[in-house]
Amino acid sequence: MPKDKKMWDNILTVIMSLLCLLWIYPIVLILQNSLKIEGTFTTSTVFKLPTAETFAGLSNYIYGVTKMGFLSSLGYSLVITVSSVALILLCCSMTGWYLTRVNNKLSKFMNLLIVFSMVVPFQMVMFTLSKTADTLNLNTPWNICIIYLGFGAGLAVFMFTGFMKSVPIEIEEAAMIDGCNPIQIFFKVVFPILKPTMISTAILETMWVWNDYLLPTLVLDIKKYRTIPMAIQYFRGGYGRVELAPMMACIIIAIIPIIILYMTCQKYIIEGVVAGAVKG
Amino acid sequence: MQKAISKYWPVFVLPTLLAFIIGFIWPFIWGIYLSFQRFTTVSKTTFVGLQNYINVFSDETFLHAFSFTAAFTVVSTVLINVCAFAIALVLTRGIRGTNLFRTVYFMPNLIGGILLGYIWQILLNGVLANLQRPLLALDAKAGFVGLVILMCWQQIGYMMIIYVAGLQSVPGDLIEAAKIDGANDREILFKIKIPMVMPSVTICTFLTLTNSFKLFDQNVALTAGEPANASEMLALNIYNTFYGRSGAQWKGIGQAKAAVFFLIVVIISLIQLKFTRSKEVQQ
Repeated sequence: MPKDKKMWDNILTVIMSLLCLLWIYPIVLILQNSLKIEGTFTTSTVFKLPTAETFAGLSNYIYGVTKMGFLSSLGYSLVITVSSVALILLCCSMTGWYLTRVNNKLSKFMNLLIVFSMVVPFQMVMFTLSKTADTLNLNTPWNICIIYLGFGAGLAVFMFTGFMKSVPIEIEEAAMIDGCNPIQIFFKVVFPILKPTMISTAILETMWVWNDYLLPTLVLDIKKYRTIPMAIQYFRGGYGRVELAPMMACIIIAIIPIIILYMTCQKYIIEGVVAGAVKG
Repeated sequence: MQKAISKYWPVFVLPTLLAFIIGFIWPFIWGIYLSFQRFTTVSKTTFVGLQNYINVFSDETFLHAFSFTAAFTVVSTVLINVCAFAIALVLTRGIRGTNLFRTVYFMPNLIGGILLGYIWQILLNGVLANLQRPLLALDAKAGFVGLVILMCWQQIGYMMIIYVAGLQSVPGDLIEAAKIDGANDREILFKIKIPMVMPSVTICTFLTLTNSFKLFDQNVALTAGEPANASEMLALNIYNTFYGRSGAQWKGIGQAKAAVFFLIVVIISLIQLKFTRSKEVQQ
């Protein structure tokens, strides 16, 4: 019996390794073609490795970064993601704490709204939301985070209330007796306790905001500001002919920071996904 | 304590509530209102009653998008969950390289839908060209299969993580006891492991169901609805109705389509809620 299991384990390891290669291959394919000279490959020759004649070095990368303004896209994506996630974490943790500790009409109303907002698909509000954002001048990378807070609050508050319910109230009561006001209690006592949920929520929201395409497309002025997904889409939309090689170079540039982030905080990302799934 | 905190609602709740009103509540109410109007600019609308909704169901492209989306949702939900569960079972056996496999399978989830769409467009078009078959943009069947492959590649890793967490929470002594009672691997799988991870199954099923149903980015990047809207899914159909069609009636119809889409998603969510609740009673 143990020998049998050992053999099966080896067979499964081989199968899983092959599957792994299949999982990585699409990205390798993009990488190898991003190193070819534009126009030296066709749809059917993408699988060939770059040769001495077709090898372009880093010229596609330089072209993509300089001509297409890809660095500014990277910057806009970074600004939007960091500001939105920070705002969501701060406001939603405060709201989440309030909603678990206070049981009045406002709390009941908010709880209802939050569950409701998680159900509504973006298409339902996309047209009116972009009009509202224009009217209120919330259409630049510097203040689009308010829109993200509005649309992303549901999941975040839900995560925080879910966690707060299991936190005993006694510590906060003790702090209150010692003379803290609610704001001090929140930032000195509750905030540190919330750290694990903060990380999970931050990861889920970052994955969403960083990769979001439709909301920034509708809200931002595409001529002035382009996030990474918008810039990639613009390669096809903005020109008559698609410049495939520079586009692939930009895809690789866009993927690298994500892979680095993933490798460094993989543990938290996987925990965040599990936590989000159980709550959602 | 409660009283003291409740007075601070302008600090704790108001910012979120305001953003919520701007980003969600007002657009939602306005959207419902506009679905009963005919308009090209929002400042000039005329009430048309249910006409928009009637037009939605006589719009061929919408009905086609609906059946395409439904078929896609069913196929991808089944495929993703079966594959993810199988991989999760293998990865909880303790074979060599488990961590590496888990890392690699999950990776596509971090890359956005638009990027994934283009990556797979290049790959699949390359395969199709070498097989001398029509490219993605010319063949709706290829578009369908391509979307399913892309969705599987992306989502299997995510669901696998949830299944692994579910399987790891199955108490070891339960399996131990079953082994002593003479249960074989098959019986342990079907009589213990699967019933014990049913909550994960429910979660994953509905996650894949709603993800597939609301799919937009991947659809735009991979096929953009080509050829002639034949691979257009519901979310893209709504988008195109708003921004791709000229004519005074289309924006109102687009909003009505969005409302119908919303209702379908609500129904799916209510079914999910019922499922989750009934599971809670059992445990």
